[in-house]
Amino acid sequence: MIEPAAVSQTVGPAPNAPAPKTPRNIPHRGGPANASAARIKEKFPSAFVRADVVWGETTVFVRPEAVFDVIQYLHDDPNEQYAYLSDVTCVEYRDLEQPLEVVWHLRSITWRAFIRIKAQLAKGARLSVKSVWPIYKGADWLERECYDMFGVEFDGHPDLRRILMWEQYKEGFPLRKDFPLRGRFSRAEQLRQALAANPEARYSMEELQIADAFEDLPSDMRKRLLGGEETGE
Amino acid sequence: MATKRTVDVALSTTGLDSQGRPQRVPLVTDESGNVTTMEAPPALEPELEGEHMLINLGPQHPATHGVLRLVLELDGETVVRCIPHVGYLHCGFEKMGEYRQYNQIIPWTDREDYLNSPGNNVAFALGAERLFGIECTERCKVLRVIAMEMSRIISHLVWLGTTCIDIGAFTPFLWSFQERENIYNLLEGWCGARLTTSLTRVGGMIADVPDGWVEGLKGFLQTFPKTIAEVDRMVTRNGIWVGRTIGIGAMSATEALNYGLSGPMARASGVAYDVRKDFPYLDYETYDFDVPVGTTGDVYDRFLVRMEELRQSVRILEQAVARLPDGPVNIDDPRIILPSKTKATTEMESMIHHFKVVMEGPRPPIGESYVAVESPKGEKGYYMVSDGTSKPVRWRIRPPSFLNLSAIPKMVEGHLLSDVIAINASIDIVMGEIDR
Repeated sequence: MIEPAAVSQTVGPAPNAPAPKTPRNIPHRGGPANASAARIKEKFPSAFVRADVVWGETTVFVRPEAVFDVIQYLHDDPNEQYAYLSDVTCVEYRDLEQPLEVVWHLRSITWRAFIRIKAQLAKGARLSVKSVWPIYKGADWLERECYDMFGVEFDGHPDLRRILMWEQYKEGFPLRKDFPLRGRFSRAEQLRQALAANPEARYSMEELQIADAFEDLPSDMRKRLLGGEETGE
Repeated sequence: MATKRTVDVALSTTGLDSQGRPQRVPLVTDESGNVTTMEAPPALEPELEGEHMLINLGPQHPATHGVLRLVLELDGETVVRCIPHVGYLHCGFEKMGEYRQYNQIIPWTDREDYLNSPGNNVAFALGAERLFGIECTERCKVLRVIAMEMSRIISHLVWLGTTCIDIGAFTPFLWSFQERENIYNLLEGWCGARLTTSLTRVGGMIADVPDGWVEGLKGFLQTFPKTIAEVDRMVTRNGIWVGRTIGIGAMSATEALNYGLSGPMARASGVAYDVRKDFPYLDYETYDFDVPVGTTGDVYDRFLVRMEELRQSVRILEQAVARLPDGPVNIDDPRIILPSKTKATTEMESMIHHFKVVMEGPRPPIGESYVAVESPKGEKGYYMVSDGTSKPVRWRIRPPSFLNLSAIPKMVEGHLLSDVIAINASIDIVMGEIDR
């Protein structure tokens, strides 16, 4: 018997949302800013750093420790309703003294609005910022990718581990500017590591707990894994 | 009153007799007339309920549409937990982009979502043009709309064919790939390439469409709806198809929004979000087309949404062909656009421009831009940051399949192992885009 799934409420733009229009003749700097930027400034005076409008897109710089609260406000407030997280990413500049930036792109489908939130993380200390996973479940993989590629740690993320690179990857964080284009290790070293890898370690220890899979491994493999060998892919 | 009888066919064969024939099972009817076996057949397999199993699906498996690996915990045949692993196709496009000029990045965009190359080329060009502060010509805009909708048709056709194969229908695959071939022939006539088109340049296109090309597209637009109608007649009300797809992998609208789904995945769940309608580009607000929105968000709704999008793409293409204006396709700016070959070899100034554009590359002012378009998979965005040099500081692809796939543990939970294949097919993943 086929059970049809529950009919869900349709989500879409509000009737009084601004009419959509292809942007034209956008100025490089300046121009109308997203009204949410002023409301963030009013609501979070200590967290607000500055707001820029570049090519018609509003960027709000926020102190890293307050990003979670600002995004929570943008998500929950009925005047904002930024219910869609487009992207979480990082930017590192070629000038190594400039701080690393974490960027959130948020969309309000209800009000047809787009805003960019940025937090600047100073180099030299632990790069970390609070995870927005409790607000947007879609942030899960995006934040894992930022951690994988830039080494930014998202506190409160439920499962922060590498996603595109494998978990035993030792060469660092590939999208950092100090990472050479061809990688840190030589071809010979990469080959040596690939040959030395334990084929059973493709499953993480957590996965090996499923259905006692660990107990079914050959005893020498079990011994290697119990000896602290790293697992996961 | 139960009446005992023996039937001639073996309805539930418990084994073979000594002559090798199927053993007959005596059947009885109960009070309400239902036929049942008299006694339960001896259990051939141990009872598996409650016993968990670890199943590894992929990365080398034709039904995972690329190199996707799913580690599944099963209870009998029901999925308890799904742990996806991606990254097998990671090529570092974003890292390589930081060492390339803007026009040199366009070939990378072909190769990430390789079913949607023209669409990616257009999306990248739009992002780069915003960063440069230029706007393409009117003819170029309409040509780009044509390219984007053609690539939407290609991508949806591949999705349709492969999903039909995954669920057990072979014929729609052949029909859809036949039509896809027609579009590839058109693309070949336009730019010389079929799959990796590199169709755009910053500020224009690689080429104008050749003479007679538009007539070819018009011919395609006349025959293509017939193919959609054939597939529709074959599949949409097919009992097997409906049984395999309805109620499978459903996501509600709020869940879809929260998980970052976009494109047909979100619209099937009832999120009326289409970048072409809500954040338009290339004057999409002046085209007359509808955005299909589903109700339940199961695999069947996603199928219906994509089928309707094929028809709407035909509508957009018809309007675009009708309004295609004359004029240049490239903007008139020698700092960005290469001069023609004749000019570059005969005029001194053009030769200098040619040299500067090729060797140094066009330089955008300091700034950043995020331009999203509606790719066949969803919201495809290119985020570029420039520090004033001819190479971007950061080039970020916002991959729609990546977010759509990240919801798969939620979607497959509680479904059967065979439904995992249907759900995975309905996401329409392209691993080139997920792993980048």
